[in-house]
Formats: sequence, structure tokens, C-alpha cells
Amino acid sequence: MNKKRITLSQGGGGEETSSLIKDLFFKHFDNEVLLKMEDAAVLSIGDYKIAFTTDSFTVSPIFFNGGNIGKLAIAGTVNDISMMGAKPLYLTCSFMIEEGFLYDDLETIVKSMSKELKVSGALIVAGDTKVVPKGSVDGLFINTSGIGKIIKEGISAHNLKRGDSIIISNEVGNHGACILAKREDIELDMELKTDCATLWPMIEALINGGIKIKSLRDATRGGLSAVLNEWAETSDICIEVDEDKIPVADEVKGVCEMLGFEPYEFANEGTMAICVESGEEEKTLEILRQFDKTKKASFIGKVSEKYKQKVILNTPWGSARYLEPPKGELLPRIC
Amino acid sequence: MQLDLIEDFRNPEHIKALAKLIKKECKTKINVMEICGGHTHTIMKFGLSQILPDLVEFIHGPGCPVCIMPKERIDHAIALATQEDVILATLGDMIRVPGSKTSLQKLRADGKDIRSLYSPLDVIKIAQENPDKKVIFFAIGFETTTPMTAVIIEQAIKLDLKNLYFHINHVSVPEPVDAIMSGGDSRINAFLGPSHVSVITGYGIFEPIVEKFKTPIIVAGFEPVDVMEAILMLVRQFNEKRCVAENQYTRAVSRKGNIKAQNLINKYMEKRSHFRWRGIGDIQNSALKLKDEYARFDAEVVFDDILPKEPIDDHKLCICGDILKGNAKPFDCKVFGKACKPSSPMGSCMVSSEGACAAYYKYGKISGKGLK
Repeated sequence: MNKKRITLSQGGGGEETSSLIKDLFFKHFDNEVLLKMEDAAVLSIGDYKIAFTTDSFTVSPIFFNGGNIGKLAIAGTVNDISMMGAKPLYLTCSFMIEEGFLYDDLETIVKSMSKELKVSGALIVAGDTKVVPKGSVDGLFINTSGIGKIIKEGISAHNLKRGDSIIISNEVGNHGACILAKREDIELDMELKTDCATLWPMIEALINGGIKIKSLRDATRGGLSAVLNEWAETSDICIEVDEDKIPVADEVKGVCEMLGFEPYEFANEGTMAICVESGEEEKTLEILRQFDKTKKASFIGKVSEKYKQKVILNTPWGSARYLEPPKGELLPRIC
Repeated sequence: MQLDLIEDFRNPEHIKALAKLIKKECKTKINVMEICGGHTHTIMKFGLSQILPDLVEFIHGPGCPVCIMPKERIDHAIALATQEDVILATLGDMIRVPGSKTSLQKLRADGKDIRSLYSPLDVIKIAQENPDKKVIFFAIGFETTTPMTAVIIEQAIKLDLKNLYFHINHVSVPEPVDAIMSGGDSRINAFLGPSHVSVITGYGIFEPIVEKFKTPIIVAGFEPVDVMEAILMLVRQFNEKRCVAENQYTRAVSRKGNIKAQNLINKYMEKRSHFRWRGIGDIQNSALKLKDEYARFDAEVVFDDILPKEPIDDHKLCICGDILKGNAKPFDCKVFGKACKPSSPMGSCMVSSEGACAAYYKYGKISGKGLK
């Protein structure tokens, strides 16, 4: 009678999602590449090394301030490829469309996908379309997969060492707060906009600038907190960050205060955490600040060995606490 | 939105200055219970005990409406939601909390229509949009959220909604505080009074407790500067040998509170003879119910035949009762962080993010005293 079922918290990007992936998918799909748990798989084909990834997009609402599901579907997959130091080249795209969906809306979405592709120069080279009866999907779901050519080898979540520096490329929490505010009809005096952006141009500039990058990760579901905790776990180190150095927009702070969230747990769609070798901070920030989408980049903390596999948040008044990985039913269908 | 309010009340210089003053002036051991879970959260999140002298010890109180809900009432919600053609709506963490067999979250995955609301008023819309369904609002909270439920009842009457019912679990603050102190074995000698509850009730509501137990109480806001200032006010009461109810949260709280909200509550609700608090036990007059003349809205009356009646206790290894009285800390519990976690809570304090155990679990030992 009492059958186990999938709950929304298992899709939130937090601890429960990790357990589902490890206990079910890794158990049955067990292989060396998958178990590395990188944003994209690194594959060797002949002399070439490529990064390969896939992502599905179910965001609700489909249109939001600063973007829509299509822009997200391109930026998301392109970013996952970029996080491995790979130039995004070719994408596939599947549309799952609910019967009755407005043609004009679909065209708006496809147009914004085409526009977003131009930022990285990647192409959609294959696709699939399914239209399903009303109620089978909520409006529109999109899957994109993609490959990129690795131009900077050795970027990995397993690389972090004591003394390395952690940089965040932008304010955190904008996407999560924007979707939540729209979904819950929270009227704000100020404008809250998604950070959705293609990050390849910034990464290319960092690589060309000779920055000694150890690891890159876009802080999507589970936000900055999830990324830092994943790094701490996979590299078996401690990350100490200073709360007052993490940029958070006033609007995001406001939404968090009202609804009891932490900006560090909110999803981002165009904001990445960057781990660089010590001494590279200034040069990294200088390059990032040339781009509009990463001009608020900030050096937020260091890798240490104080409490292994933990992330410590230092307050400006001299106390500290753990920044735990997000848990529970965070915000369903944020991407 | 008053954002500078957040910035000013989290200003590092203000916090450091208050910490310095407290350190200088504090001469007495103060075992202060922060009654409200919101304060527990603030203290842990901002690591305030780390910057306070060892003489100030926080004891985490029963002020989290989700944590104090006994299992049999969660089973009520589950029994109600399991019926055909029912939509059950409730707030926040309630959906996660396990009853004796399952939780609302799991029931929702089984296909039952359960809605988690941010704004309770949304329940009116749900009832209007689903005239063929019975919509049940599982109302929880202290004096803070009670007026909102009263507003919904008023709206339901005005709109003549025939398909909206209320399962009332509204509780009040003074009675459990009295119960904890009356036990006789409590170390508590001061209180931080709740912020938002006091906006409604006024800080005057705590004066009888000050009188009866000779314990000062400071009603404080939820920001770190608020809590630090309130601690300083307590230190000064001890130094000056005063013992009164004082108000730090002057930007929102008055002595008499929000009379209009109080009247609205009294129009529709009255005291229950008793209510069982998870971790504390039965407390007289500590909760509200709908008045008899509104029985047609009362889910406990309308669906009486399907609601389980037997009380269900927590696991015997759980020491939440001792934690709430200040006689134990979450780390003293054998099952803390092992069998009892936020994802599978065994006792009340682990249930909601505002509970003491959940806050210790989330923010970790480095926020505790002596473990810096």
C-alpha cells in the first residue's frame, strides 16, 4: 500500500536531489565519467577533448522579467559546457508543447533562443518536437543538450586546494527571487530581474587572459550555497567566505526577508563561482568587470582546511556559522 | 519597502558597539529564554552567542507554531486531505511535518490536492475557483497570524462561501511560558519577548508573567541589532535591580497592541479549554477555536467523524521537553543529527527551521558557545 513516491523536494537541487541521483541514477548508470559529477562530462574522442551536457527546462512562469524559458534553455546548457573550459559549439533542442499553446508565444521564445545563441556562437543542429494533449505538460518544456571543444584543460570541481581564492561573478539570487516574486504576485517598488546570461565570453576572456582557473561552476539550482558545498565535498576542503563581500541586490534581500529565504540558496542563471589560484584575484576581477553581466564580480573568500567539507560564513562582526547545503522543497520549477 | 531598515539593523558597527557595552556591563548570569523561534533563528544565523559574554546564555523557547503541533493534529490535516474532493491549504513548513504515518508532502505526491500558501488570503480565491470542492484551511500560528484567519472568515461570510472550512490551531504565547515556569525546575531568569506577536497583543500582555515569576522581559525586534540591544536592556535591569516588561521594538510595538485585530479575533474565536503542545503537554486556555455560532465553518465540527482523537507522544529518546525548559541543549540529545534530522524529525524542535534543534543543525556547532 504505502509505495515510495517522488516528492518535489527531490527536484529542488538540494540534499534530497543529491540522494536521488546517487542512490538511483548513479547506482544503475554507474561509470567513471558520470561519477565525476561535473557540470558537463569531459570526453576524449580521438585527439579531441569535448565537454557534453544536457538540461531540461520547466520554469513556471514561462515568461519573466529579463527572460523566458527559451533564453534560459540556451544560456543554461551553453554555461554548463563553458564551465569545463570548453567553447560551446553544437546544441540539440527538444520542445514538449502542450496542445493549445499560443503560436506567437512559441515564436517569441524561439526568437530569444536564436538571439542568445549568437552570444556564444553555438548552433542548434538537431531537434525534436512533441505536442502532447492538454494537461500532459504545463505549457512548454524544453530540453537542450550540447557539446563544446575544451580549450582549457584541467578545470574541475576536484581541484580546490588550501589558499585558492573564490570569486563570484555577479550578485546572487536574482533569478530565484525574480521567479518567486512573479509567481507569488509580490509587487515590488523596485525592479527585480533575472540574471540569465551566457557566460562563455567572460570565460573565454579569462582563459585568454591567462588566469590560473582551478574550477568554474554556474550557481543554478541551490544557488551559491550548493556550489560552495559541492566544491567543499568533492575537493575535501573547507571554504571560508565573508558575508559582507557577497553581493546581493536590495530587491533580493527584501524578497528573502519577506519569505524567509537566504539569497545564497536562490537559483542564478548567469552567475558563476570561480576558483582561482592565490594571487590571481585582482586580474580575474579586472577582466570580469569589463563585461556588463559580471561587472559586480567580487572576491568573496578562500579555501582552507579548517572544517573539511564545510562552508563557513564569516559575519562582519566577528562571528561565524556554517553555510549548509540547501534542503527541502526549495522552489520547484525555477528552471 | 524600507530596506535601510534591514541595513541599519544589521550594521556591523552597531552590533560590535553593543557587544562591547554588554561585555562591560554584564555582571550577573542571565539565562534568557527567547520565546519566539524567529529569535532563535536570528541568534544562530548571525552567530550572536559567539560575541556575547559567557554570562549570557540563550534558552530556546516554544515559539514556533509548526514545532509545537502535536502529531494527532497533523493526523487531522492528513485525514482531512485524504478525503475525496477536498483541497487542503496551509502555511509554510507545515507541509513537511510527519504525522504518525505520513506527511502532507508525501500525501501530495500521492495525488492529493494540498496547497502551501504564502498569503493565507489566497484561500478565498481557491474556494471561489473550486466551487465543487471542499476547501479546508489548516490555520496555524501564534497571535501574529490569527487576525489573518479572522479576516478570511469575515470575507467568507461576506462572500457567502459555502465550501470553505477552517481547522483552527491558533495558539497563544503567555500560557506555555507560564507552564514552563510553573514546573519549578526551570533555570530561566529572563525573557526575550516575541516581536510580531507583540505587534498584535501589545507588550502589556507579558506584565503578569513578570509579576508572577519575577523575571524581566524585553520585547525585541528580529534583527541582530534588536536582539543585542534587548540583551543590553536586560543586563541593565539586572544591574539596576529592576524587573519590568520593556519594549525594544518600539518601531512596531505598543503596550496595548493592535486593538482592531484583537477585536476581530474575539469576534470569531474564543479560548479552547485546553490544547496539547508537542514537547510540553496539555496547557489550559492556550489555544483558540471558532465560536459555536460559526460551527458551520469549523472543520473539527463538520468532519468530526473522520478525525482521530487519541494523543500521540514523541519518541521516548526525544528530549525536546527538556530543551524547551532550558534544562538541555540540542547537542545533549542522543538522537540529534543522527536518527533525528530536519528531513526526518523525531521531535518538535527539529520540525521547522525555527525550532531550536533545526537551527543548531543548520548553522552548526560554530554558532554555539565554547565551540568557536
